[in-house]
Amino acid sequence: MAGGHSHVHSLFVHSDSHVHRLRPQCKVAAAILFVLVVVATPRETFWAYGAYVVVLAVVARHAHVPIRLLLRRLTIELPFVAFAFFLPIVGRGARVDVLGVSLSVAGLWGAWNILVKGTLGVATTVILAASTPIPELLQGLDRLRVPKAFTSVAGFMVRYLDVITEEMRRMKIARLSRGYDPRWIWQAKALASSMGSLFIRAYERGERVHLAMVSRGYSGTMPIVGQADAPTLDWLTALSLPAMATVIAVAAWVTHA
Amino acid sequence: MSGPPTPAPTPAGPAAAAPALEVRNLAFAYPDGRQALFGCNLTVQAGERVAVLGPNGAGKTTLVLHLNGVHTAGAGEVIVGGLPVVKANLREIRSRVGIVFQDPDDQLFMPTVADDVAFGPANMGLRGEDLALRVKQALTAVGMEDFADRVPHHLSFGQRRRVAVATVLAMEPEILVLDEPSSNLDPAARQELAEILGSLPLTVLMVTHDLPYALQLCPRALVMNDGVIVADGPTGAILSDAALMAANRLSLPFGFDPQTRPATS
Repeated sequence: MAGGHSHVHSLFVHSDSHVHRLRPQCKVAAAILFVLVVVATPRETFWAYGAYVVVLAVVARHAHVPIRLLLRRLTIELPFVAFAFFLPIVGRGARVDVLGVSLSVAGLWGAWNILVKGTLGVATTVILAASTPIPELLQGLDRLRVPKAFTSVAGFMVRYLDVITEEMRRMKIARLSRGYDPRWIWQAKALASSMGSLFIRAYERGERVHLAMVSRGYSGTMPIVGQADAPTLDWLTALSLPAMATVIAVAAWVTHA
Repeated sequence: MSGPPTPAPTPAGPAAAAPALEVRNLAFAYPDGRQALFGCNLTVQAGERVAVLGPNGAGKTTLVLHLNGVHTAGAGEVIVGGLPVVKANLREIRSRVGIVFQDPDDQLFMPTVADDVAFGPANMGLRGEDLALRVKQALTAVGMEDFADRVPHHLSFGQRRRVAVATVLAMEPEILVLDEPSSNLDPAARQELAEILGSLPLTVLMVTHDLPYALQLCPRALVMNDGVIVADGPTGAILSDAALMAANRLSLPFGFDPQTRPATS
């Protein structure tokens, strides 16, 4: 990969769209506000959710995120919303027959509520991740006054995930090379001790990294670098997303009441 | 190669100014009681390039960690450019002594190359334009200026080692300390790094097992064993002393003759 054009992270979609060029703090703020507005929308106003989908589709298009890619990445939410499918079955109260299956009305509403709000939330973060490299994302969070301790830990995690995964891979190859082929649970001991030594190694690496930091004058707080204020235009552009959503939500509440 | 400053021929050189580095009777034991250094004495003049040779466990890395105050002397003292390495001076000492560690993954911990190079000078209080300029200069010095916005773990090992050198150069140190700079590098990357290191107008202390590298880059060498400095002299003479070499678990690579070194570099 020397000299090649390496990817920034696996969720990032290389492009130079308007959305990519926005300052990260504006994008992060817009995404959070949008999700909050969506969550605050009454679940009975179906049309409002249709409108949200249209708005997000427009953003995805501007961010050059292909709709098929977006849909594929939405599958990440499946394990989390799986239990939403049980709600109509186990729910109490009035019931309704759908294709011969008796389902709870309250359960159906609950499932719909989780599913639609969850999906819109995940879709928002998929677009955010596809248009923002991780270092910028962390910078954006910094700018939004997220505690430095949190962003530093997240930064270290991102930085060392690959290093530790690579160590794990090398240990696995070393095990396999010595004929380790576990088939039974009691053969898992080698695996468990590998995990143990991986932990120790990661811990020791932490100590060495700290040493390297101290050697370069680290005194307990990360220096704040790369801090540029976002132009007003960036804020206006990014916040037009939650602004539109707010209009939709207010209209939904008005028609709902 | 741009001409490096003429090194002083012997440790007790006639320099009138304070030596770049002075280590006097340095002894140190780890908290678990294991003693690693038993009285080291060393003087390095400004502009000298000195190799530190010796077997594993000789105390080389322990010595290095005293030079910028990560370890504090159990006995004796370390003086950098006239300033003793004590707690009150640590900030200044760490801007004067830059250490490049062996594993670049330990040294490069920030999300991007530029952030990482900026870490040291930012800790020293640099901000804005000055900081950006410092980062650019340091990356240019190691030929990595086109990689500023890259993520460190997507670089090759040799590139990461060069960025690690840049992170330290960005602090504009007076003394550059390198722990095994040529380890794990392929021959081309090893040579590239040698050219970079040879072009830096700094006092260099280089811990290495790579004896040809020591001969190529450092006119002077020290041999450490069992926590003391057992030899100190011109690198060529030390590498040619078969008895000294054998006594300290040093052995020349196959086919390598320190007497017939090329005149260049």
